[in-house]
Amino acid sequence: MDLSYYPGCTLKTRALNFEDSAIAAMAVLGVNLIELPRWNCCGTVYSMTDDDLAHHIAPVRNLVRIAEQGSDRVVTLCSFCYNTLKRADLLMRNSPEKRNTINTFMDDEIDYDGQVEVVHLLEVLRDDVGWEAVARKVKTSLEGLKVAPYYGCTLTRPQEIAIDSVESPTVLQGLMQAVGTTVLDFPLATECCGSFEIVSDPDAVIERAYTILGMAQRKGADAIVVSCPLCAHNLGHKQAEIAGKYSDFTGMPIVYFTQLLALAVGVNPEVCRFDLNFGGVEALLRDRGLIPQRV
Amino acid sequence: MRLEISLGRLRNEFVAKITELSGQDINLCYQCGKCSAGCPMSFIMDLLPNQVIRSVQLGLAEDITSSRTPWLCASCLVCTVRCPKGIDIASVMEAVRQIALRRSEDFIDPAGLERDTVAELPPIALVCGFRKLTG
Ligand code: SF4
Ligand code: SF4
Repeated sequence: MDLSYYPGCTLKTRALNFEDSAIAAMAVLGVNLIELPRWNCCGTVYSMTDDDLAHHIAPVRNLVRIAEQGSDRVVTLCSFCYNTLKRADLLMRNSPEKRNTINTFMDDEIDYDGQVEVVHLLEVLRDDVGWEAVARKVKTSLEGLKVAPYYGCTLTRPQEIAIDSVESPTVLQGLMQAVGTTVLDFPLATECCGSFEIVSDPDAVIERAYTILGMAQRKGADAIVVSCPLCAHNLGHKQAEIAGKYSDFTGMPIVYFTQLLALAVGVNPEVCRFDLNFGGVEALLRDRGLIPQRV
Repeated sequence: MRLEISLGRLRNEFVAKITELSGQDINLCYQCGKCSAGCPMSFIMDLLPNQVIRSVQLGLAEDITSSRTPWLCASCLVCTVRCPKGIDIASVMEAVRQIALRRSEDFIDPAGLERDTVAELPPIALVCGFRKLTG
């Protein structure tokens, strides 16, 4: 199966470990993620004020590009891109007046009225591939690895675009069980990491991260599994500082779901770029014999 | 504290603008506090989300525009999905930010960020932060 794939800005810069592992793992599962030849930044966030149509142009232009390229479905890996593109698509489907204004403004493009279905990779894995098919492709079971699934905000809020239950999503659990890990009950799975506040108030984000990481540690997690590059950054990059401030915190590996999937279905660990992860993922996987010892 | 409640205050320009920008009927709020109970940023807020909504109801523009709360709101939408009255509180926060940003009252100065900070942050953080906190 071929699927149009929208990468977004961070997958191409700081989250190569997310992108490369996803493309390789999906190929093993028979899904070819084909990057759109032309795309622009989606703007990262969906504009929430009623009269602010200008900021919907960026995501809608992407949807136009996708339709133009003959696709009626696009998949994202980044949770933020999913949220922004999906909400922009909903707006264009459900608000005739705004759709008209936006289409008229972009009169050099084809009109967009919802020709494209925006999906997140986790939905493709659950609904198109299925957990049993994933399990059948597992070469190295990740048995013994205890993971805390972490969804953050943008996959399940608002309700209209949620890929799963808003309060109790299970899609990450389904995938992680299929690859053999033990999935922990994680009460902070949908709590916000502090998001963009990292730009203006890094100290507040450190507190958020400590709350979430500390809970994972108390639950006995070996790693937190994420699907958002902003969550990965906020939970990961200040761990040394957090450990310095809170002596009970000793570090927590942060890993993308695609990396564990890739490892399980036999993708070369080098492709997964565990060296780019925060929190000691390489050491954990080496310790469990899941990646080779360093030579 | 003595609080004057008058029609002029309840229906002032600020309340009208918030209503217009957010598309929300804030009078539906019955102050259950559920929005604040789940808010991940409440630990640093000077006004809790339910207090912001209450202040809009009472037309207390000053209290809201002088509060740091709308800028500390991370747009996580927990309040929005949990409000039993269906109020999109996150959009009210965005409306408050937009009113300031449209007056060129940015919350952060991108030029003032340390070079190391910028180098450390992924594009998603910078674009998102500038979209939310600058006009
Ligand atoms: S959850 Fe809704 S009804 Fe309850 S205090 Fe907040 S805004 Fe008001
Ligand atoms: S959207 Fe803002 S106000 Fe609402 S719960 Fe999240 S951080 Fe708090």
